[in-house]
Amino acid sequence: MQQVRILRNIMLGVENLLLHKLRSFLTTLGVVFGVGSVVAMLSVGEGASKEALDQIRKVGSNNIILHSIKSVEEVGQSTTRSHMSVYGLTYDDAMRITEALEHVKQVVPAKVVRKDARLGERVEELRVVGTTPAWFDLVQRDVIAGRVLLPDDVRNLAGVVVLTEYGARRLLATENTIGQTLRVGSEYFEIVGIVRSEEGMAGNIQMPDERTDAYIPIEVARERFGDINTRRSAGSFEREMVELHQMIVEVDDMENVEVTATGIQAMLKRFHKKEDYRMSVPLALLRQAEATKRTFNIVLGSIACISLLVGGIGIMNIMLASVTERTREIGIRRAIGAKQRQIISQFLIETVVLSTLGGLIGIGVGLLIPWIITQIAGMPTIVTLKSVVLSVGISIAIGVVFGLYPAVRAAQVDPIVALRHE
Amino acid sequence: MVAGAQQNGQVIRLEEVRKTYQMGTEQVHALADVSTVFGSGEFWAIMGPSGSGKSTMLNILGCLDRITSGRYILEGQDVSTLNDDALSEMRLRHLGFVFQSFNLLAQLTVRRNIELPLYYLGWEAHRSAARAIELAERVGLGDRLNHTPTELSGGQMQRVAIARALANDPRILLADEPTGNLDTATGIQILELLKELNAQGKTIIMVTHDPKIAQWAPKRLHMLDGHIERIEED
Ligand SMILES: Nc1ncnc2c1ncn2[C@@H]1O[C@H](COP(=O)(O)OP(=O)(O)OP(=O)(O)O)[C@@H](O)[C@H]1O
Ligand SMILES: [Mg+2]
Repeated sequence: MQQVRILRNIMLGVENLLLHKLRSFLTTLGVVFGVGSVVAMLSVGEGASKEALDQIRKVGSNNIILHSIKSVEEVGQSTTRSHMSVYGLTYDDAMRITEALEHVKQVVPAKVVRKDARLGERVEELRVVGTTPAWFDLVQRDVIAGRVLLPDDVRNLAGVVVLTEYGARRLLATENTIGQTLRVGSEYFEIVGIVRSEEGMAGNIQMPDERTDAYIPIEVARERFGDINTRRSAGSFEREMVELHQMIVEVDDMENVEVTATGIQAMLKRFHKKEDYRMSVPLALLRQAEATKRTFNIVLGSIACISLLVGGIGIMNIMLASVTERTREIGIRRAIGAKQRQIISQFLIETVVLSTLGGLIGIGVGLLIPWIITQIAGMPTIVTLKSVVLSVGISIAIGVVFGLYPAVRAAQVDPIVALRHE
Repeated sequence: MVAGAQQNGQVIRLEEVRKTYQMGTEQVHALADVSTVFGSGEFWAIMGPSGSGKSTMLNILGCLDRITSGRYILEGQDVSTLNDDALSEMRLRHLGFVFQSFNLLAQLTVRRNIELPLYYLGWEAHRSAARAIELAERVGLGDRLNHTPTELSGGQMQRVAIARALANDPRILLADEPTGNLDTATGIQILELLKELNAQGKTIIMVTHDPKIAQWAPKRLHMLDGHIERIEED
């Protein structure tokens, strides 16, 4: 019964608004654009942060990644002819980090060397990554054929290699190639599997893998390729000795990532004379992405709030004019027996209907804008249910807040005066 | 005068009612200690020159205005002290208004205009629609239900207004110059309708300054400067 009554009141309000279609429509425009911008803004923010999140997840938010780098002085000195530069992360670093820091679950070391690989007639330069089977736990990629490295491979010092999809394609390797022999440099390996790979940057973080990787057990890499790498360039030798090129440290819980990162930093500082390593913490970047999103939301949110405010004031303005215009109607209704609060609810229902309608159209606009942004700028956008619900809520609230004053004004009209009103 | 009236069948009773307007430093007594009684089923005309207090009297009787002092008893209830909501409730349940300028809602159809009081009484839609049709037929406008007031003549508009005033089935009808905007012939039709309603038991109080129109009412109250000058009865 109560619902029927409310429904009837709303219908009467709608009927009244339909008497002035153009005016009602123009009145709602402010809310349309306000709500439209809220939805659009949230979808752009959401899209941007999800993209950052996805990228960071590919690297692993529980991981800390360490790279060996030539320190600045080393780069200068290496021009001397038979000089050998020694730098970077060491096997000892890996062990110390595993053992001394309590939140470290495991450390996956990687030894990287570039070698020409030959399969049948094809030759391709690959990035040979000597690592442990745990690599594939932390850098989770689809296995396309065969298998990844196993603990047995490490124990047996097995000459096995796992290719990436891209590298395999360059070498014309297929599923059928599993079991065949790949020549890497002057060594022979059995191809045991093919995995997918990512490449490039996730946010500011270098992905741990590359398109042309070839994974072999780290002990095998050490035994066959050694720690010293010779590169010939412009008639001079460049020799460098690097034990580990990369290390992925997995932390037991996201909460402990920051403290562990600090611990690693302190430890490396103690054992390295020069800063010949670089640390990246995906989680820190995630936090940064979230902070950026918050700033973004605040800035765009204030702009959207201003347009909503303008929309609300527009509604209030029109409703005040409408109250004056309809003074006589108010007088008639009061003379017949309408109570003040019934007049209030009549006018309030009209503004809420207007603003809600504006909100609904605004959601349409808010869906359209992100779609256009995605089409034109290629920016990812996500319209969440949350933002739609929020927008409907906001528009109803606008109707109530900005409709209340005109409605109260309407109800306070003296019926005798109102009846004389022309 | 109060003492002389029959206690039974009194619907309206004014006791020393005063209505004062403050105009700057001056006080205007629109009503000055008016005491009178209107009996159930009576047809009254309130007469008097301009500014004598006729409209003020009707607004007070109609619970649209508050008295400054005295007592006003309507349907056995003292309404002098009621708040705005309660006064609205009195209007809604016990009174029907007919105005000189009809006061219909121009954007609503005849049917919707007649239904208006029923809407505030909370009647269900189909029930009030049936009641509106019945009333429109009673005032001879059964075929105009879906017209808007602008498509009607003055006489027809006043009939709609009367139908609306009857919708809540009040015992009292208050009319302020109901024929003021109508030509003589149409005015007479409206007066005939009022007389008919009076014959069916409605108490009617009509304000007019035209003695010819006042003659339609068996009882006539003459006002002057906020006082009751005299009362005439046929
Ligand atoms: N709102 C008001 N403020 C001040 N004075 C008022 C007000 N309403 C009425 N009056 C005064 O009260 C007196 C009675 O007014 P009222 O309108 O009742 O007269 P009336 O008999 O209806 O006159 P008319 O025939 O011209 O309609 C007048 O002197 C008028 O000026
Ligand atoms: Mg008057």
